[in-house]
Amino acid sequence: MKSWSCKALKATKEGFGEGLIIIGEKNPDVIAIGADITASVSVNGFAKKFPQRFYSIGIAEQNGIAIAAGMALSGKLPVFASYATFAVTRALDQIRISLCYNDVHAIIGGAHAGISVGPDGATHQALEDIAMMRVLPNMIVLSPCDATQTKLAVMAAEQCQHPVYIRFGRDIVPDFTDDSMPFTIGKAQCLKEGNHVAILATGHLTWESLQAAFLLEKDNIHARVINFHTIKPIDKQAIIDASTTGLIVTAEEHQTAGGFGSAVAEVVVENCPTPMLMIGVHDRFGESGPSQVLMEKFGLTAVSIAQKIKTALSKQ
Amino acid sequence: MKTIQEIAYHIRIDILKMLNAAGSGHLGGSLDLVEIFTWLYFKEMQHRPKEPDWNDRDRLVLSIGHVAPVLYASLAHAGYFPKEELLSLRQLGSRLQGHPCRNVQLPGIELAAGSLGQGVGVAVGMALAAQHDHSPQRIFCIMGDGELQEGSVWEAFMSAAHYHLNHFIAIIDRNGVQIDGTTEQVMALEPLSDKLKSFGLHVEECNGNDFFDLENTFNHIKSIQNQPIAIIANTKMGYGVPEIEGNNQWHGKVPNNEEVVRFIQTLRK
Ligand SMILES: [Mg+2]
Repeated sequence: MKSWSCKALKATKEGFGEGLIIIGEKNPDVIAIGADITASVSVNGFAKKFPQRFYSIGIAEQNGIAIAAGMALSGKLPVFASYATFAVTRALDQIRISLCYNDVHAIIGGAHAGISVGPDGATHQALEDIAMMRVLPNMIVLSPCDATQTKLAVMAAEQCQHPVYIRFGRDIVPDFTDDSMPFTIGKAQCLKEGNHVAILATGHLTWESLQAAFLLEKDNIHARVINFHTIKPIDKQAIIDASTTGLIVTAEEHQTAGGFGSAVAEVVVENCPTPMLMIGVHDRFGESGPSQVLMEKFGLTAVSIAQKIKTALSKQ
Repeated sequence: MKTIQEIAYHIRIDILKMLNAAGSGHLGGSLDLVEIFTWLYFKEMQHRPKEPDWNDRDRLVLSIGHVAPVLYASLAHAGYFPKEELLSLRQLGSRLQGHPCRNVQLPGIELAAGSLGQGVGVAVGMALAAQHDHSPQRIFCIMGDGELQEGSVWEAFMSAAHYHLNHFIAIIDRNGVQIDGTTEQVMALEPLSDKLKSFGLHVEECNGNDFFDLENTFNHIKSIQNQPIAIIANTKMGYGVPEIEGNNQWHGKVPNNEEVVRFIQTLRK
């Protein structure tokens, strides 16, 4: 069985910035739209390399999305990035109608996803963006697990024909996948085999879930770990296959209500009713604190995930 | 060859018939924009009805999707699709959705709009793309006056001025009314011209129901460089049907069978 190791500690937003430059080199139609926090969301590299293809629109997210829609309708591939809380929540109406109803090819980068944003606190910790994006027709929702995969997600998004939302984080986290792992939109990745329980994880919690699975091995619990870098369209078959373990655990740095866990549950109840345990944030806002301390407090670390799974299995 | 006045006359007849057949929709604004749409599609814009995706075409971006009937009727008269289709407005399976929709393959629709204050930002995006590509195309954005109460409109204007987008031309249907009453009662817009100028737009005012005035205005703005343009087109809601002109009751109302006959008989020529 492949064992996963941390190559480096790297923020997923860095992967977003690298991916942008790659698609910018490849595709002259790629245009980036900045909303004042360009460096913070890793668009500065692109802006420096392709100054003619970078447009600053200031602190005006609704206008940023509308402009992206206009550019896309005129044959460009616009990329609008901001903090997920603002890019998505502030501009939701523009995303719904101008991007999704028009069904244009544009990329939205949602930075600062999850509570691992840390000290900035609740206003800047996006915990609802998956829910809001995944209910929109035509929208593709990506939530890659590390910096390398975020880069691949951007490259895959460049190949789409629809609006794409890519969610990524601020804090440095283990970078453990590599370029050779194929990134196919809609195809979940089994990172570890196991048949006692299946952990379906997304974003930062994929690494934590892998570590949780190795902790569980010590208790002779064989957990399968599946990385869902795509939340929409969701990989139904991977979920149905996971149900044979008898317990499906979902792990996300997001509200469980309406988020990834809900997306999995929608498939489970219709196709393969199975007990589920949803790990994530439960109907509350985040708060300030060091990233790692917050992850512990919210029960999103490997140790906490392993503990919750043991408890759930003992009740079965 | 029909005169522009004759074309407008027939577009109005179609709008009345469409809304009567549909049984719901927005008559007042659709009627008062007929001169502007007719002027744009028949005199002003570079476009190819048989090649609707021609890259360098001028674009008419409708920010107020609720006046879709005037857009549909104008497109059909310009030759984008058969006029027979107009009476399918708002029916199940029709390409003529209640508000314009792009994924029904109706030629000539530049964007889906219906939520006010969005189309103008999209138009700025198109104008930026045109400027980026050094394309001669112009983007005509048709806006309502009530729509100017949306904050996103002013974000869009600010960005159009920041990028010196003289490809961008906002045409504001200044009929002075909205659903709840006059714009000045609901949320005052005046001094509108000063507000637009202070946001960096070149402002023109004209009578939006007068072809001569429209011609002069559109000719005049061709000399404007490095600046986005706003045309405050003063119109009368319901223009063309004397019985309902200026009456905001007809913003979201449609004519019944007797009214449609009477309105057509009394139409201004
Ligand atoms: Mg009005």
